[in-house]
Amino acid sequence: MAIATFKIWRGDAKAGELRDYTAEVAEGMVVLDAVHQIQATQAPDLACRWNCKAGKCGSCSAEVNGMPKLMCMTRLSDLPLEKPVTIEPMKAFPVVKDLVTDVSWNFRVKKKIKPFKPRPPDAPDGTWRMRQEDIDRVQEFRKCIECFLCQDVCHVLRDHQMHDKFIGPRFLIHVAALEMHPLDTQDRLEELRNTQGIGYCNITKCCTKVCPESIQITDSGIIPLKERVVDDFYDPFGWIWRWLKKRSDRQKVEALKR
Amino acid sequence: MPDYETFEHDVLVIGAGGAGLRAAIEASAAGVRVGLVCKSLLGKAHTVMAEGGIAAALANVDERDNWKVHFADTMRGGQYVNQWRMAELHAKEAPDRVRELEAWGAVFDRTKDGRILQRHFGGHKYPRLAHVGDRTGLEMIRTLQDHGVHQGIDVHMEHTILSLLKDGERVVGAFGYERERGRFKVFRAKAIVLATGGIGRAYKITSNSWEYTGDGHALAYDAGAELIDMEFVQFHPTGMVWPPSVMGILVTEGVRGEGGVLANKDGKRFMFDSIPENYRAQTADNEEEGWRYCQGHKDARRPPELLTRDHVSRCIVREIKEGRGSPHGGVYLDISWIKQKMPNAAEHIKRKLPSMYHQFKQLADIDITEQPMEVGPTTHYIMGGVRVDPDTQMSRVPGLFAAGECAAGINGANRLGGNSLSDLLVFGKRAGEFAAKFARENSLGKIDNDRVDAVAREAVTPFESRDRGSENPYAIQKDLQETMQNLVGIVRNESEMRDALERIGSFKARAEKTAVTGNREYNPGWHTALDLKNLLIVSEAITRAALERKESRGAQFREDYPDKDERFGKVNTMISKSPSHSMQVRLEPLPEMPDYLRQIIEEMK
Repeated sequence: MAIATFKIWRGDAKAGELRDYTAEVAEGMVVLDAVHQIQATQAPDLACRWNCKAGKCGSCSAEVNGMPKLMCMTRLSDLPLEKPVTIEPMKAFPVVKDLVTDVSWNFRVKKKIKPFKPRPPDAPDGTWRMRQEDIDRVQEFRKCIECFLCQDVCHVLRDHQMHDKFIGPRFLIHVAALEMHPLDTQDRLEELRNTQGIGYCNITKCCTKVCPESIQITDSGIIPLKERVVDDFYDPFGWIWRWLKKRSDRQKVEALKR
Repeated sequence: MPDYETFEHDVLVIGAGGAGLRAAIEASAAGVRVGLVCKSLLGKAHTVMAEGGIAAALANVDERDNWKVHFADTMRGGQYVNQWRMAELHAKEAPDRVRELEAWGAVFDRTKDGRILQRHFGGHKYPRLAHVGDRTGLEMIRTLQDHGVHQGIDVHMEHTILSLLKDGERVVGAFGYERERGRFKVFRAKAIVLATGGIGRAYKITSNSWEYTGDGHALAYDAGAELIDMEFVQFHPTGMVWPPSVMGILVTEGVRGEGGVLANKDGKRFMFDSIPENYRAQTADNEEEGWRYCQGHKDARRPPELLTRDHVSRCIVREIKEGRGSPHGGVYLDISWIKQKMPNAAEHIKRKLPSMYHQFKQLADIDITEQPMEVGPTTHYIMGGVRVDPDTQMSRVPGLFAAGECAAGINGANRLGGNSLSDLLVFGKRAGEFAAKFARENSLGKIDNDRVDAVAREAVTPFESRDRGSENPYAIQKDLQETMQNLVGIVRNESEMRDALERIGSFKARAEKTAVTGNREYNPGWHTALDLKNLLIVSEAITRAALERKESRGAQFREDYPDKDERFGKVNTMISKSPSHSMQVRLEPLPEMPDYLRQIIEEMK
């Protein structure tokens, strides 16, 4: 059986270093399997988060050979194993220990975003009518597994550490999912422009590239939101157009009900 | 006693999957202070892995559906040892719970007229599962999470509870540690809801993550509650079998709901030869009819691939054992064949089963729109759990409630796909509601500091182990998983299970000698050592209950008692802790079903 070498970052908030480990490579193995093997045989206190091991929960985010990845979906066969594989924690967040980072900022940010507030039900039994084509885009945004890899790669957060001024791609997508939800009645444009800092995004699309769910974060989410923010503040014609569109959407719903 | 940080809540919910979140939301809406403790980050619980959908008789796709049909389907699937009252409440209340999710922002797939779309699933007579592609669980947990965080619930993420604390008969708190720093904490509460999920980590091949170590089952058992139906462990028929590192990862039943077929190495659809008598009338007898059913033709009956999970799993095991399996020890599950039936089949598959497409492409180099998958059974779910009052979800320990997978009763001997997500919602809500009521009617109790000290001392022994021994906790866990997989798995017999009990005894002795290195900060070795206690309790409970049920029913198959035995159709196995702290098991008669429900079952036969 082939042996691969791993350089895994070990340490805490104060200090740390890359340490060498080896693991036996079996067919189909992913990086997380190697980490588990190393935990079970060489470094029982090696800290890492994981849950589903199938790319659905977004717990095992780390930087593999410098790239933000889910360890459970990164095949060893896709990495050059003649060189050591480096595994490091995400850099946009403070380290807790080894591969575990303090991502609590993300949960605090989300709490501040205005929650979903639906229009009154469309039918007497308290239900709504929505057409599939009107929710396709929102469903794409809602595929997000909150792995925070997009936050990790975003230079506004990673390099400039502007966590207090910018909510990052994950939460721009969250706002987009709410704003484009056909039933939602809240308006979040004011805070998008101010406290949430959408203007800091300069559309380098790094977030889109690392998204394990292939969500078109920039093109489908952030750019339309930027347009809405600009329209809302500077373009009265856009405002009228949106009002008309909303009215025609309502009429379509009425038609569905009939 | 050392000074432990202490939190006070009216209701403490342990576990933040679907049931825990729903309970916390309900209790909080009732105006009490709610704390929510979870082992992982919020939103990562196993609910996220649920793929197929939420079963609820909304009748959006087939107007013939209603709660009575859902009730009858659930009872038939559970082989009539379900708690009838829970099955009734579940069938009646599930539609409202689904609609409520929509009001909180969930975006389900739609019918042509704009309502919530429903899909076919095993054992459900009509298309009943509200879904979002094959990521329904993610939609559900995110909706509950996003709704819940705006309700003022105090969330304690990455905390593990080690013990419940009692004041006399009543539960008054919980003691545990923060995983990140390793610090101990006391949670005082007037009522506690257990919503800790399952036990999958007791087995080697499982769809469950590290979290599912039977914590709620073991905490409740230790606190004096009863466990019922522990022998009924669901082996989902379709887990991945290749490559080895992904063995056990779930392949949704939705694949079969969308028309996927099971075949052996000779290309034969073996399920057609194995239709049980009580399902014959409602199962297709030819391939064409099965396909028409999946396409929504109301006059067609369902294909045999959509029989109940216990049965399909056993048929797969039989094919493999008799030498008709696939190269890596599974059978074939093929959805790509539907290209013979519809244009744009590849696009259709990617749209209806996106995460399955992705999972196979990325982890197994298989394009499911072109090639069949290889699948085999994987430990998925436990029907057994804490015995609760069907209406309030309270256990026999006052103030201690349980909901979701760690509670028992709704599913009987086998759970239908889709009934889990609806169970989490229906009984999570009820547990939250009645826990809040209990909290309003009772005051905080007294914390037993001696007990807290004893638990804390025991928890740190793996660090002081040099003179006690040097057992590797990972190795014990692995040995236990192999024992349960091989000796208390899909096919069981008395001598193997006796052997398993002996081994579990030896693992217990080894677990007392675990040694871990490092310090208490985020130390997975230590966490694994502490989880062993719960895993060993549930493993013993499963084995003892399975020995006691000397028949084959639902998920329990005994090769030494291969038939159903009427006597066991009237009882549940019940596990409790004896005064001398040994595990005792007895048979408890089922509650008498009222005539109006009996009549429904007769009518639907």
